Amino acid sequence: MGKRDINKSNDEYAGLVKETSPNSPVVKNCFRAFVSGGIICCIGQFLLNVFSSFGMTAESRNTLVSVILIGAASLLTGLGWYSKIGKLCGAGSIVPITGFSNSVTAPAVEFKKEGFVLGLGAKIFIVAGPVILYGTLTSILVGIIYYFVR
Amino acid sequence: MDYLKAFAVGGAICVIGQILIDKTRLTSARILVVFVVAGCIFGGLGWNDRLADFAGAGATIPLPGFGNTLAKGVKAEVDSRGFSGALTGGLKSASAGLTAAMVFAFLSALIFNPKEK
Amino acid sequence: MAEKTGLYSVKFKNPVNIKAVSSVVGTKEAEGPLRDFFDIYVNDNLYGEKTWEKAEAKFVKKAVGEVVKKAALTPKNIDYILAGDLQNQSAASCYGVKDFSRPFFGLYGACSTFGESLALGSALIDGGWGENTVCGASSHFCAAEKQFRFPLELGNQRPQTSTWTVTGAGAALLSKEESPVVITGITTGRIVDLGITDANNMGAAMAPAAADVLLNHFKDFGSKPSDYDKIFTGDLGTVGQELLINLLNEKGYDLSPNHSDCGILIYDGKKQDTHSGGSGCACSAAVFSMIFKKLLDGEYKKILFIPTGALMSPTTVMQGENIMGICHLIKIERRA
Repeated sequence: MGKRDINKSNDEYAGLVKETSPNSPVVKNCFRAFVSGGIICCIGQFLLNVFSSFGMTAESRNTLVSVILIGAASLLTGLGWYSKIGKLCGAGSIVPITGFSNSVTAPAVEFKKEGFVLGLGAKIFIVAGPVILYGTLTSILVGIIYYFVR
Repeated sequence: MDYLKAFAVGGAICVIGQILIDKTRLTSARILVVFVVAGCIFGGLGWNDRLADFAGAGATIPLPGFGNTLAKGVKAEVDSRGFSGALTGGLKSASAGLTAAMVFAFLSALIFNPKEK
Repeated sequence: MAEKTGLYSVKFKNPVNIKAVSSVVGTKEAEGPLRDFFDIYVNDNLYGEKTWEKAEAKFVKKAVGEVVKKAALTPKNIDYILAGDLQNQSAASCYGVKDFSRPFFGLYGACSTFGESLALGSALIDGGWGENTVCGASSHFCAAEKQFRFPLELGNQRPQTSTWTVTGAGAALLSKEESPVVITGITTGRIVDLGITDANNMGAAMAPAAADVLLNHFKDFGSKPSDYDKIFTGDLGTVGQELLINLLNEKGYDLSPNHSDCGILIYDGKKQDTHSGGSGCACSAAVFSMIFKKLLDGEYKKILFIPTGALMSPTTVMQGENIMGICHLIKIERRA
C-alpha cells in the first residue's frame, strides 16, 4: 500500500468509529422501558386481582393472565401496532411475556407468503426458538440438580 | 399497593433489559434468551417465588417469570415422578403459554398480512 | 476508446452520454425533501402486488420502462440492460426486466450496484457493444428487512447508527447519441476492510472504501476536491459522512465544503426518524434523478458520483465475519 492509502489499523479505526457514532439515548430509553414495562405488569396485576375475586387458584390465575396477554400482543402484532409500540418502548415491550408473543407472531405473519409449511411453519420460531430451547435445557439442569440436592 | 409494587419491579426488570440492549448491542432475541435462562436458574434457587410474593404480576409477567415457571414445573415433577421429572416438568408447566403463543400466532397469520413499519 | 489513467481509472476520449434518467420511489421517499425530483411515486409500497419481493420487481420494471420512454425510444432500441438489487440472487432485477426481453446482465455490488452498473454500461457503450444501454438498481425496505434483519412486525428499536433502506428503483440510459450530460471518467473501487462487524453501522463499514476510491481518483486524475462542484456519495449517512471527511482530512484533502450524501439528502432525518440516513441500492439510484436534473440545468458542471456498498451476507454476519466496503466512482460533466 502506498502512502496515500488509508493506512489505519482496525483498532485505530474502531476508535474513530466509536467516537463518531451517536450513542442510543440510554436514559430516555430506560425511562420509557420502565414506564411501559410497569404498565404492562399493572395490566397483568389488574387481571390477577379480577380472577382472584372469582376464587381461582393462584396457578390457574397466572396461566390465564399469561394467555390473555399473549393473545392481546399477538393481535396487536397482526394489526402492525406492536412494532410501533416496540419502537417507542424498547425493552419495556420486549421483556414482558407480550414480547415473547410478538416474537412468535411476527415471523408467522411475515413468512406466510413463503407457504404454510416451510414459510410460516418452519420460520415461526426463528426468534423465539432459542428462548424455548435454552429455557428447556436450563430447566432440565435445574431438575437434575434439584433431584440430587432436595 | 400491589399495583405500585408490580409497576416498580416489572419496570425495573425491563430497564435491565434496556441497558443490555443499548450498552451491549445484544439483539432482542438474545435478551429474551438471557432473561429466560436467568429466570429459570433463579427459580431453581427459589428466589423468584419470593419476588413474586412481593411483586405479583411485576415478577410473573416479565420473561424471567417464564423461566421461573419452567423451574417450578420441573421441581414439582421431580417431587412427584422422581428423576424423569427433570425431562417432563419444564415444557409441561410452560405448555399453556407456548400453546397460546402458537395458536394466536397462527390465527394472526391467517388474518393479517405483513405491514410496513 | 477509453484510456487507462493511473492505476485504478479510465478516461473516455468520447464521453458516454447519459440520455435520460428515471426514478420510481415508495411512500416514505415521496414524503421526503426530494419528492419533486422523482418521476413516479406510489401510495402503497406493495405497489398492488402480493409480496414485497414482487413489488420491488415492479419498481424495476417501471423505472426501466420510464427511462426508455423519456429517451423517446422503445425497448427494441435497448442493446443491454444491467441491473442489480439486494434480494437473494438479485431476484427483483431478474423479474423486473424479464418482460422487456432484452439482453441482460445481473449485477451485485450491494448498495454500490448503481455505480457498478453505470461503470460497466459505459464500458459497453464505449466498447461499441451497441447504441443504448439501460443501467438500473433497486431496493425495498420491507424486502431488505426481511432478508437481512428481522420480520417487520417485531417490536424492536433501531440503533442511532442504523440507516433506512430506500424503497424504489432508478435507471439511467447511456447512449452513443450526443446529449448534454456525459460520463467522462471512472475510478473503480477496491474492497476495503477495516474490521467493522456491526451490521447496524453500514456507514462505518463503507467510509474507508469511499475514502480509498476518492484518494485513488485524485491521484489518477491529478485533481482535488475543489475541482468539482459536488461530490456525492451513495448511502454513508451522517455517521459515514463524518468518518469519510475525517479519513480524507488526515490525507490532506478537505471534502467538507462540497460533499453531499444521497442517504442524507433523501429523507428529512429529524421528521422522518431515519436515524443515520437512507441506504440501499435505490438510494443513490433514485437521488441520481436530482443530480442529473441539476447537471442538465447547468447548476453543476462537473461532479463525482460514488455509490457506496457494504459487502456481506446474512450468513457471514452471523458468523461474525467483517463487513467490507466497496465504492465505484463515476465522473460526470455537463458538456460546455
